[in-house]
Amino acid sequence: MKIRRWALLAVSGAVLAAASACAPGTAAKSEPKKDEQTGTVKVWLYNEAKPEPKTKVVDAAVAEFKAQHPGVTVEVSYIPTDAGPRAEKMKGAFNDPNSAPDVVEFGNTDLFGYVAAGGLADIGADLAGWSEAGDLPKDLKDTALVNGVQYGMPWWLGIRSLYYRTDVFTELGIKPPTSYAELVEAATKVRAAKPDLFGIAVGGKYTFGALPFVWAAGGDLATQQGQAYTAAVGSPQAQAGVKAYTDLFTKDICPAEQCVDMTGGKTVEAFAAGKAGMAILPNSSRSAVEAGAVKDKYGVVPLPGTAPGSIAPAFSGGNDLGVMKSSPHRSLAVDFIKLLAGKKYQLQMFDAMGNLPTLASARADVVAKDAFLKPFMQTLDAGTRFVPKDAAWAKIDAQTVVPTMLQKVITGKADVAGATSEAATAMNAAFSGK
Amino acid sequence: MLTQTVVFAAGCVVATLAVGAAFAVLLTRVGKWPRLILMFSALGAWAAPAMTGATVWMFLFDTNLGLVNDVLGMDGHNWMYDKWPAFALVGAVVVWHSFPFVMITLYAGIQAIPTSVLEAARLDGAGTWATFRRVMLPMLRPVLTIVVIQSVIWDFKVFTQVYVMTAGGGIAGQNLTLNVYAYQQAFSAEDYSLGAAIGVVMTLLLVVVTAFYIRALRRTGEGL
Repeated sequence: MKIRRWALLAVSGAVLAAASACAPGTAAKSEPKKDEQTGTVKVWLYNEAKPEPKTKVVDAAVAEFKAQHPGVTVEVSYIPTDAGPRAEKMKGAFNDPNSAPDVVEFGNTDLFGYVAAGGLADIGADLAGWSEAGDLPKDLKDTALVNGVQYGMPWWLGIRSLYYRTDVFTELGIKPPTSYAELVEAATKVRAAKPDLFGIAVGGKYTFGALPFVWAAGGDLATQQGQAYTAAVGSPQAQAGVKAYTDLFTKDICPAEQCVDMTGGKTVEAFAAGKAGMAILPNSSRSAVEAGAVKDKYGVVPLPGTAPGSIAPAFSGGNDLGVMKSSPHRSLAVDFIKLLAGKKYQLQMFDAMGNLPTLASARADVVAKDAFLKPFMQTLDAGTRFVPKDAAWAKIDAQTVVPTMLQKVITGKADVAGATSEAATAMNAAFSGK
Repeated sequence: MLTQTVVFAAGCVVATLAVGAAFAVLLTRVGKWPRLILMFSALGAWAAPAMTGATVWMFLFDTNLGLVNDVLGMDGHNWMYDKWPAFALVGAVVVWHSFPFVMITLYAGIQAIPTSVLEAARLDGAGTWATFRRVMLPMLRPVLTIVVIQSVIWDFKVFTQVYVMTAGGGIAGQNLTLNVYAYQQAFSAEDYSLGAAIGVVMTLLLVVVTAFYIRALRRTGEGL
């Protein structure tokens, strides 16, 4: 018995030791000395639910690139877009330069984590000499800057506005809302007349649906002093914004029981299925809505702010293209980005996917020919906002700090003051690297 | 979080044992065909992958489109809205997945008790309860020990059902158990050290629980 017990202890000890040895390390990243002008340029782009339109445009760009650069091949892989698998793939690429790509596509909020991990190359100088560089508006360029260094080229934009049901609004004689008060009034009227519709589909897990209300009330998640961020979500303005958003989770608009665990994706589904009078959706949700029950029965206006006639600042979403620091084909990689993110292919990407171009002249072109984009342009012109540009954002996001705060208020587990101050504590812990 | 993990696990263990034991006794009392049918359906539940089982149960209990709400006429009721109903539902799925093991093990144990022993007990004037308590229970103890320890370990570290059904911890994290929390810290927030620390604490807790149990058994004169 005694011997057996010791054997057991030894075995469990060995298992624990083996398990702890598996923790991933973070290897030091160094830039390769070489900058090869031939060979294979590896490109990782996001996979799409419907891949063909994207692959067609990318294939055309690859063909053009190969024609310009004899002796060069381009290998494009489409990587999963779910947060978990994507993060693991990128982490693997940062730690193993041999299996890493040269060019990557990434969500613009991922940038800060990647930069903190030392995985991306500074491409500011390369882009500065580009003929189309001046076409990129400063506020968009800023979303890819960390401490004044440019690590990415904004490729396309996602802006959220207010979708509403034209048939329901006409039937009930309501006008699209132009202020928060009107939004509440319209939502209540819709649900009162049609009890199986949400007045507006909002979700307790929909961070980018909630943030415009916070920004419209003059609040923010965090403020920057020098290079350090401090949580500001406990400020009276931010609290007012959180209250404005969570006040929509009532029996008369979007019942807490049904809406508290909805994500942004679920609000798209609800609106597309004809289960909501309104919803806060990005321009890229257009195809999903068109494919649903409400085709031709919806309109879009900018999400109203607090004051009548004002527009709530939207989150400036979108994807960037960047070059890996480990890339042995740095010049070629930058050249490929210049081609794929240039006006020609941005326009083609819009035609294929509806991705809003980042280059001002390309955007003007597509807006001129597509009236659908007008409210999104108004929102964009009214000024957009962004999440804290800090590696800690990835952690705050992964720890679901904002959804937890919203859900606590919605379920009545905490009041606005309590939930926001708890969120502020969690954010400050992340900012200070704890 | 430790409290709710322990309460949740304890509830699951008790419920699993109760359900498993009840069905084991039932198996010994019914005829051949009902027994076969019962066995097969229980094995079906056991064989269902945790992911599939949890997802299908969530279809049934869906807030807006679920069959259960439809039958009960409570459309729009969110079963995961409050903490303990949510835990109860997850617990039900855990029990559904794990009771067949208890049932089959105990059934085998009961079958292994020689009928001559039971007959002797009856001749000595023992009633049903006395036979169960003084004859069957002591003979089943080794089997019970294994079943209890297994259940404690399984239910304490149950992950899939909690993670899938509560979408990673429930509304505002109200349904976080220790190992879902460990997963989130380690792999979502990339705080590997904290995640690993939680894992070690869980292992130690389990070792302590198991050690106490084995000691208690040895005091009563039974070895493992």
